[in-house]
Amino acid sequence: MSDYIFYPGCSMESSAKAYYESVMAVCKPLGIGLKEIEDWNCCGATEYLSLDITPAYALIARNLALAEEQANGNKTIIAPCSACYLNLAKADHYMHDDKAFGNKINEALAAGGMHYTPGKLAVRHLLDVIINEVGLDKVKENVVKPLAGLRIAPYLGCMLPRPDYGKRYSDTEHPDELDRLLSALGAEVIDFPLKTHCCGGHMTQIGPDTAFEMIHRLISSADALNTDVIVTVCPMCQMNLDAFQGQMNNHFKTNFKIPVLFFTQLMGIAFGEKAESLGFGSEFVSAAEAISRVRVQAPKPAEDAPVAKKKTPGLPMPPLRTKTDHTQEAGR
Amino acid sequence: MTDVVSVLDPHTSHTKREDSILLREVSLRTPGESHVDMCIQCGTCGGSCPSGSAMDHTPRAIFAMLRAGMRDDVLNSNTPWMCVSCYFCTVRCPQNIHITDVMYTLKNMSLEARKPTMPVASPPPTAWGLKNSSIDPKKYNPTAADFSKTFIWMVENFGRSFEIGLAGVHNVRHFITRLPNMTPMAIGMLTKKGMSPLPPKRIKGMDQLGKILQRAKELESS
Amino acid sequence: MKSKKKPQERVGVYICHCGSNIAGVVNVEDVSTWAGKELEKEGVVVARDYKFMCSSLGQELIEKDIKEQGLTRVVVAACSPHLHEPTFRNACSRAGVNPYLFEMTNIREQDSWVTTDKLEATKKAKSLVSAAVGRVVYQKPLESLFVPIDPNVLVVGGGVTGIQAALEIANSGQHVYLVEREPSIGGHMAQFDKTFPTLDCSACILTPKMFDAGNHKNITMLTWSEVEKVEGYIGNFTVTIRKRARFIEESLCTGCGVCWEKCPKKVVDDVFEAGLGYRKAVYTPFPQAVPKYPVIDHENCTYFQKGTCKACEKFCPTGAIKFDQQDEILTVKVGNIILATGYDLFDARKIPNYGYGRLPNVFTSLEFERMTNAAGPTMGKVVLRDGVTQPKSVAVIHCVGSRDKNYHNYCSSICCMQSLKFAHLVKEKTGGDVYQFYIDMRTPGKSYDEFYQKIIHEGVNMIRGKVAEIIEGEGGLIVQAEDTLVGKQRRIPVDMVILSAGLESRADAKEVAQKFGISCSADDWFIERHPKLDPVATMTDGVFVAGACQGPKDIPASVAQGAAAAARVLSIIGQGEIEIEAATAMVDEITCVGCKQCVASCPYQAIQFLEEKGKAYVQEALCKGCGTCVGTCLPKSITLKHFTDEQIVAEMIGAMRVMKSFEMTEVA
Repeated sequence: MSDYIFYPGCSMESSAKAYYESVMAVCKPLGIGLKEIEDWNCCGATEYLSLDITPAYALIARNLALAEEQANGNKTIIAPCSACYLNLAKADHYMHDDKAFGNKINEALAAGGMHYTPGKLAVRHLLDVIINEVGLDKVKENVVKPLAGLRIAPYLGCMLPRPDYGKRYSDTEHPDELDRLLSALGAEVIDFPLKTHCCGGHMTQIGPDTAFEMIHRLISSADALNTDVIVTVCPMCQMNLDAFQGQMNNHFKTNFKIPVLFFTQLMGIAFGEKAESLGFGSEFVSAAEAISRVRVQAPKPAEDAPVAKKKTPGLPMPPLRTKTDHTQEAGR
Repeated sequence: MTDVVSVLDPHTSHTKREDSILLREVSLRTPGESHVDMCIQCGTCGGSCPSGSAMDHTPRAIFAMLRAGMRDDVLNSNTPWMCVSCYFCTVRCPQNIHITDVMYTLKNMSLEARKPTMPVASPPPTAWGLKNSSIDPKKYNPTAADFSKTFIWMVENFGRSFEIGLAGVHNVRHFITRLPNMTPMAIGMLTKKGMSPLPPKRIKGMDQLGKILQRAKELESS
Repeated sequence: MKSKKKPQERVGVYICHCGSNIAGVVNVEDVSTWAGKELEKEGVVVARDYKFMCSSLGQELIEKDIKEQGLTRVVVAACSPHLHEPTFRNACSRAGVNPYLFEMTNIREQDSWVTTDKLEATKKAKSLVSAAVGRVVYQKPLESLFVPIDPNVLVVGGGVTGIQAALEIANSGQHVYLVEREPSIGGHMAQFDKTFPTLDCSACILTPKMFDAGNHKNITMLTWSEVEKVEGYIGNFTVTIRKRARFIEESLCTGCGVCWEKCPKKVVDDVFEAGLGYRKAVYTPFPQAVPKYPVIDHENCTYFQKGTCKACEKFCPTGAIKFDQQDEILTVKVGNIILATGYDLFDARKIPNYGYGRLPNVFTSLEFERMTNAAGPTMGKVVLRDGVTQPKSVAVIHCVGSRDKNYHNYCSSICCMQSLKFAHLVKEKTGGDVYQFYIDMRTPGKSYDEFYQKIIHEGVNMIRGKVAEIIEGEGGLIVQAEDTLVGKQRRIPVDMVILSAGLESRADAKEVAQKFGISCSADDWFIERHPKLDPVATMTDGVFVAGACQGPKDIPASVAQGAAAAARVLSIIGQGEIEIEAATAMVDEITCVGCKQCVASCPYQAIQFLEEKGKAYVQEALCKGCGTCVGTCLPKSITLKHFTDEQIVAEMIGAMRVMKSFEMTEVA
């Protein structure tokens, strides 16, 4: 059991309770111990930075200072919300990168009797810790109900893979971490082309028409790929794609119904947890039907294999880049 | 602000000095090395932006305007406010300009230009009296800034955000006609998600946080 | 050292303004007045400053002073010795002072160009001048050595640049070894169908040159070969070349092609076909290959991998297949080397938002070159990845991997013209719509902008904006970019995208540079001796660079450099012998203990061990004066002429004389 400092973020105690419950349910079997930062405050999302940069960073840094105080030998903060993760990582990055700026923020913290040493803690998202620290072997060990037959569109949104100050993800546009995790759960993973496109962010609040357009692009693309479930890693993405799917349908006169779940909810199912304890039922577009198929686990009736038309062999495709390509370049 | 001959087109009449001052100001106010002066006007940002269609100028155009010293036009633009912080422009920019961070700076500067009449840490008015003559209230859409202010008002008072209260206040204020369409969603938030309609409990260190933010605000304006 | 009496010499000091290059920062008048006064007791009898010391008037000034004032030593403070040391050495020589009694110190690159602080710069200039004066009085007259030049030449790389260089030299009657890594010469140019801006057929103009090179009596062509080791110096290089086994007996092979017709193993050809087509395990890259002999690709050959097959051997009418052939190691002697190793294409898969490798109908520039080539995988038809569908609309994207700090910072220089050529070819072959996405249109070359005009007139859509992303949609691909001249985002549906991928240095450029003793830029391009005035020479005498290995270049520029490098080499051969720097190491046989440490340490194998005497001996012609042996010699028996301990200590004391804070205490 490794202990991590845990920063849940505001959504986890209101709109994303399902995420909180499922995170708790899957971390235990994976040996991830979560020590919640005591008396943490809101990270300011994308809003405080818009108003006042220095107070915005000071607000974030109070959490880092608390975490440093309460670290007790641990070095890693896990933030499961992408916006919280990025804000914490960003504050640490700029305080470290720009010494004068770091001193200014610490001067503000000093007014509350606090201090943070830039670079002291590593801010990471839960997905990154599961892939790179815990490892997929450990995940596979825990799978008792493989998600066979469930077609999943892995959706990461923006703030996890970008700008990626810690260079923790395989790519800023098409990272494969979530795909690999879902494959390990036995699901059929779709190569979702829009996996890091924007969910609309706060545009649902300030320019709904623009937000609906972004949501529509994601949902219709997932639908065209016969997606059963979209999987997210962020409360904001989940909210926009799920709760606003209905309004988006009204806006475009469409009738999409694709359930949107947190990745930990599906991990929980695969680990054999009860759906009730994973926050199922709180989604607007019900995932009950999709999940019931996993539970039945009956092999799908074999369809007549389509008769393949004799196709011309076509031109060869370039091979996809491998991990070794990446490492070799780093050495160049 | 500009003391040049008034018969000239205001868009082209800035002195060279004003140009570099504006660009330098943006650069200084952005944490880290933003490289904002390095733009080659390739349009990668404008092409990448998911909310570009809602912007009155593309980010690339904003960089050209910064260079030209067009302060009022930049601070009246809705471009920074339409930014969704997706960071596509930032990672794709061939000149490594921290575009998303620059947009935050421009939002700060835009609000600051209106600051004399803007109350701090209280529920913001829907529109505030604009005394700074260089800022044209008609060109400026306050929805986005207002959302940020409402959000932060809650954070500054409770230490944590209050999603349902925020959405409620904000939508009543700005999207009253949409409310019927939104009702089922609001009900869902309470029933399905089990969200509480009451504000969150204040964090214990509220006093401490208040002092930190107060000091940060002084440092910001100094 | 202290005990020795300082030699009494008459030193002249000359401070160059270099226009405003030095004088703009360093107070040169102050430096010369100071030197005349303060360094008088060090032997300075004349100190002057002058606008351009390197001009003939400047040189005459030195010569006149030598004669009239009886100068015995000369110091010039100016630019880098790389640039003008020979100039001033010659001036001294003409006036009767041994060139090694001249010392040059650099107050430009190492002073005025690296600071704006005038006071500090002037102080440093004084320090450098004082150091040079300090050492020059201890310098000894030396005589240069002359060694004969081996007239044979090595050309590495058989692309159009290497072919041009080889032919120029061979036609003048000298012998050339032309080494090429691939089975055939021809390089990238052999892959193209048309060349800009004239649109003449690439093969038609290249293959005659390939044939000439292949059949020239003065050219030894070594294809499927690589240089393994280079030893020696200008005029006398010894080069080790690995001639890889072709598994074909060249003297028996007629190039009839039965072997590759019968070979059952088909592999994707990543090199010549740029991954767009196939070849067999036994193959020549293309029909006009020079030489005509195929090679067997060991890694893909069924016989080599599984032990059975030998179809080629069964069908070969002349019995030329030799599965037991071994690599050959050849050693050749040459006097000069030309590197023309070319470029690699930027790997477009590194840009995830362009989808190359993921989206089938996104192609690279080299793939498209092969596609339009009548002898290519599609017989010249422009089609989608399915091999049959003709695209109705095509986007051509400039600056892929170039002018982008995430990938390569530089402009690849050929892509604008190449992209315009693609637009023309798409129009000509399909009549479809073409969209060019560019940042800046760069067409600075003879008839280049006229070509741009022609393409606009052909109805190509020009969009000024770097493409943000390419995604699948609307039954094809959607190219999203800002049309920066309109200031609006545009999403343009197309069937096919061509990425004008940039040029990058060869993946092994660094190793090659190390092998030949030259250096690479930050982007791994080979560095020339001077970017303007010596563009094909390198800092290593006798090693030249030409073509795209030195930086992105189109065909005309590459050919010009190939010819230029040949001219430089021929002028050296014409001299017959070459002067060797006299600053070589020397062993004092009395104190030498014969430990052989120096023999092992010498990177040039210049130190011999004389068994009968039990002493080390430096062969001056081989010694490069690097000083490694001096450092390893425990009894301090080796002296490096022109860099003696005495001279170096005097130089250091001189340098420190200016620093007031420095206490002049005993220096060992």
